[in-house]
Amino acid sequence: MNIIVFIKQVPETTEVKINPETNTLIREGVTSIINPFDMYAIEEGLRVREAKGGRVTVITMGPPQAEAALRQCIAMGVDEVVLLSDRVFAGSDTLATSYTLSCAVRKIKDFDLIICGKQASDGDTAQVGPGIAQHLNIPFVTYVRKIEEIPEDRKSIRVEKMVDEGYEVREMKLPALITVVKEINEPRLESLRGKLNAKKAQIPVWTFSDMEMDKERLGLDGSPTQVIKIFTPQPREAGEIFEGEAEDCVNKLVEKMKENKIV
Amino acid sequence: MDYLLTEEQEMIRELASKITENKIMPVREELDRTGEFPGGIVKDIAAADLFRVAIPEEYGGIGGGCLELCLIVEELSRGCAGVAVSFAASALGAFPINRFGSEEQKKKYLPLLASGEKLAAFGLTEPNAGSDAGAIETTAKPEGDEYVLNGTKVFITNGGEADIYVIIAMTNKEKGARGASALIVEKGTPGFSFGKKEDKMGIRCSATRELVFDNCRIPKGNLIGREGTGFIITMSNFNHSRSGIGAQALGTAQGALDEAVKYSGERVQFGKTIATFQAIQHKLADMAIQVEAARALIYSTARMIDSGKQKNFSKESAISKVFPSDVAMAVTVEAIQVLGGYGYMKDYPVEKYMRDAKIMQIYEGTNEIQRNIIGLELIKESKRKKK
Amino acid sequence: MSIKVINDKCTGCRICISACPLDAIKVENKLAVIDLDKCNLCGACISSCKSGAIAIEKKQAKVANKEEYKGVWVFAEQRNGEIDTVSYELLGEGRKLADKLQEELAAVLVGDGIRKEAGKLTAHGADKVYVVDNPGLKEYQDSSYSKALFSLVQRHKPSIILGGATTIGRSLLPKLAVMLPTGLTADCTGLEIDNEKKLLLQTRPAFGGNIMATIICPDYRPQMATVRPRVMKKLPEDPSRKGEIIEEEVQFVKRDMMTKVVDVVKDETIHVNLQDAEIIVSGGRGLKAPENFKLIRELADALGGAVGSSRAAVDAGWIPYSHQVGQTGKTTAPKIYFACGISGAIQHQVGMRTADVIIAINKDPQAPIFQIATYGIVGDLFQVIPALIKKFKEVL
Repeated sequence: MNIIVFIKQVPETTEVKINPETNTLIREGVTSIINPFDMYAIEEGLRVREAKGGRVTVITMGPPQAEAALRQCIAMGVDEVVLLSDRVFAGSDTLATSYTLSCAVRKIKDFDLIICGKQASDGDTAQVGPGIAQHLNIPFVTYVRKIEEIPEDRKSIRVEKMVDEGYEVREMKLPALITVVKEINEPRLESLRGKLNAKKAQIPVWTFSDMEMDKERLGLDGSPTQVIKIFTPQPREAGEIFEGEAEDCVNKLVEKMKENKIV
Repeated sequence: MDYLLTEEQEMIRELASKITENKIMPVREELDRTGEFPGGIVKDIAAADLFRVAIPEEYGGIGGGCLELCLIVEELSRGCAGVAVSFAASALGAFPINRFGSEEQKKKYLPLLASGEKLAAFGLTEPNAGSDAGAIETTAKPEGDEYVLNGTKVFITNGGEADIYVIIAMTNKEKGARGASALIVEKGTPGFSFGKKEDKMGIRCSATRELVFDNCRIPKGNLIGREGTGFIITMSNFNHSRSGIGAQALGTAQGALDEAVKYSGERVQFGKTIATFQAIQHKLADMAIQVEAARALIYSTARMIDSGKQKNFSKESAISKVFPSDVAMAVTVEAIQVLGGYGYMKDYPVEKYMRDAKIMQIYEGTNEIQRNIIGLELIKESKRKKK
Repeated sequence: MSIKVINDKCTGCRICISACPLDAIKVENKLAVIDLDKCNLCGACISSCKSGAIAIEKKQAKVANKEEYKGVWVFAEQRNGEIDTVSYELLGEGRKLADKLQEELAAVLVGDGIRKEAGKLTAHGADKVYVVDNPGLKEYQDSSYSKALFSLVQRHKPSIILGGATTIGRSLLPKLAVMLPTGLTADCTGLEIDNEKKLLLQTRPAFGGNIMATIICPDYRPQMATVRPRVMKKLPEDPSRKGEIIEEEVQFVKRDMMTKVVDVVKDETIHVNLQDAEIIVSGGRGLKAPENFKLIRELADALGGAVGSSRAAVDAGWIPYSHQVGQTGKTTAPKIYFACGISGAIQHQVGMRTADVIIAINKDPQAPIFQIATYGIVGDLFQVIPALIKKFKEVL
């Protein structure tokens, strides 16, 4: 099984604030991590490899600094990594991103399964996974909580997809793409040997000229959507706070609720 | 503070720290309550390659030394000393094979211990031979190509969980201490069984059991070194491992200090956090001073041992066990005091730190025995100087 | 595509330097200079510049003849033939947008044997309902459903398509967007029309709700957006409201069924109907142990409400993920929301701040939850909740 996992380097969300004067993101001192949902994708890729043999390749698109995320993947035990980095990729929205990533898959050619996290924690769009599958015209299932079976012939896959009422068992032909939820596994930590390998590893970088791609579909030019404004959400107005003995507080609260016809 | 660790040592510390934060801390309370052996966490430690650290590269290891082991034990102990000792006890069992074993023994056992697939244990203590290690009664009688083992070992860490045991037994009783030998015994050998599992005050998740040998036959090839070198091997093993107990104490003390600092910043009395009271600040300061001093002592001792420049370091190694374990006891007691009534409750981890700390003043040679060693060495050194 | 500094306008004020997340700007001779090797065109500097001195030039996309695209569409999601509430909510919002544009509002209903449901869509505000009724659409498939929508978009060319940010919508619409291709904005919490340019202004949270972003899709059509359930308000059902029901033919081949549903398992532990609950009682880390969720359940039972939780409690394994409220859980909009032992991180707030009344119980008076609470009690929840249960049992 040749498995491709796509990851994204994201800021730790809780730390991102907006500068009220300049109305821009404050990213100073914000550490970058692998998108938490992608950790489950990496782990699932490693587990499929351990069960079925093959290779796991992790790909990310980003600035040169995204290399750190790929090193972490090597430390976890993946076989290969690729960084897609080029000025012409800058400013990509989900359409341009999924196109760029699909071009990397076409270059690799030989693959059976693509695994993505269900969404990235910075944008939360959940669009890139299905987008890649559509660009490649392969089947996909989102919100996978379990891989039930990959038969010996490795021509198909059966998975459990989370839906609102429970889950569905779905089958599709390989090659295919799945996006995974956190219920699927518990990601492993890095190993010491992995970390030592990661330190030494040369990270291959693919640029525009390394892949067959249509320049007009890349980066800002290939992105239909544009952010025109960012702002801090309006805080809700503070209400009435009770302190003191539990019973008094409860009585006061219920009085207020009656007064305002809430109960 | 920058402890001048190499990049590799930082990696090791970081890995152990991640295991503590992600794997140990969420379950330590339950492990303490049930006393269940942390098999899953041991697997995590193995997956992180940490069992490889002190084993040479040619046997699947990383080729680190005493300092690397101390860093791991310290970090794991910050989470749970019971887990840490399960790790450390395997290193204690592996050391005699690594240091004194034949090429064949090394090839057979070290890769299994490096991968963490198998755990090791070291068996010395007996019902009537604790501090007085010369009084051991377990015998290993040579018979043809075999030794026949008879006797009982007690309080053996990783007992029942380990697959590979290094046992100290008398091959020649008449020679006294010079008649002791170190032998490798595998779990499952006929005549080798386990007695009761101890119900302990602290480090409750670690397995502490009796080993019972009843006409247990092992091949002569399992002898480590020569006959009669059992005590030399034992002393060398302890000289190398005592700073590891120090590291265990250090991690325990650090964990208790961290809890105390955190709590004092949250707990409000008289309208202020208790951290704003000087009485509390001074307590925390004294705890921190002791912890840092213990760390400096352990790291420098471990570095000295790893340098290989000094042949005899039984005094230094004893010091690096006594001071940190006394610090751990004092600091964990004080941490409970900072938390007040809550510290006495099992809802907070500090009372566990205190129960865990106590054993460190006792095992691998009580602190009283350590002081004997230190005292004797001081006298020897002064005599040497006079000459 | 490039970014440039308009030297005549630049004052050398240096604000853009601090705005740039990538350290790509410096000021030389009182003029900003952008290092193009570092810049990723994020646009942060543009919104920070008070003199309008930085501009990104984008190649004009040659995609759509925009004028041909007219009307607002709502993808009417149905499960087992029953239309999902989110579709009505989207019609409510779509109505406003269509009126502003003075265009039609249409619903698209795709499935098997669902024609009879079309009237409900007109009763909730649709002027038209396009129905694709085909036995091949019995079970939901990204491939077949997207083909149906794709064919209809090509035939009728709507200007805007809205869909629910449900497990179906979040998989179907990204696929459709790539097929068309066009832009898609996920999880919008606000939709407006820019009257001048007739553009859809799509506002959504990013970075876990710390930041809101307004997004447009100026050159491609249709403009597509998903909206989470319970974010928009549906119109009251008006059965007398009539509209046009249009049956559409779409041919399907085997290749259109790319995945196969082998089994559907209803799982009560997965399914928790938080989104429809009028009262939600949520517990968080302050509960200290899984068994203490029984307090939360008791209070919820006393009020006839549902049980929710913070992410911390789910991560600790105290309660299944299906109860999680917030950014990575569910968005709720109950009448009353109780947050018990929940500090109220922004990620949690995203999932509950539109509640009519928020009641917070926390021992830490500094907890952020108190800043958004209608009422708060500072105290030990192990005392407060039992007292609340007792009191509510008396008064209700």
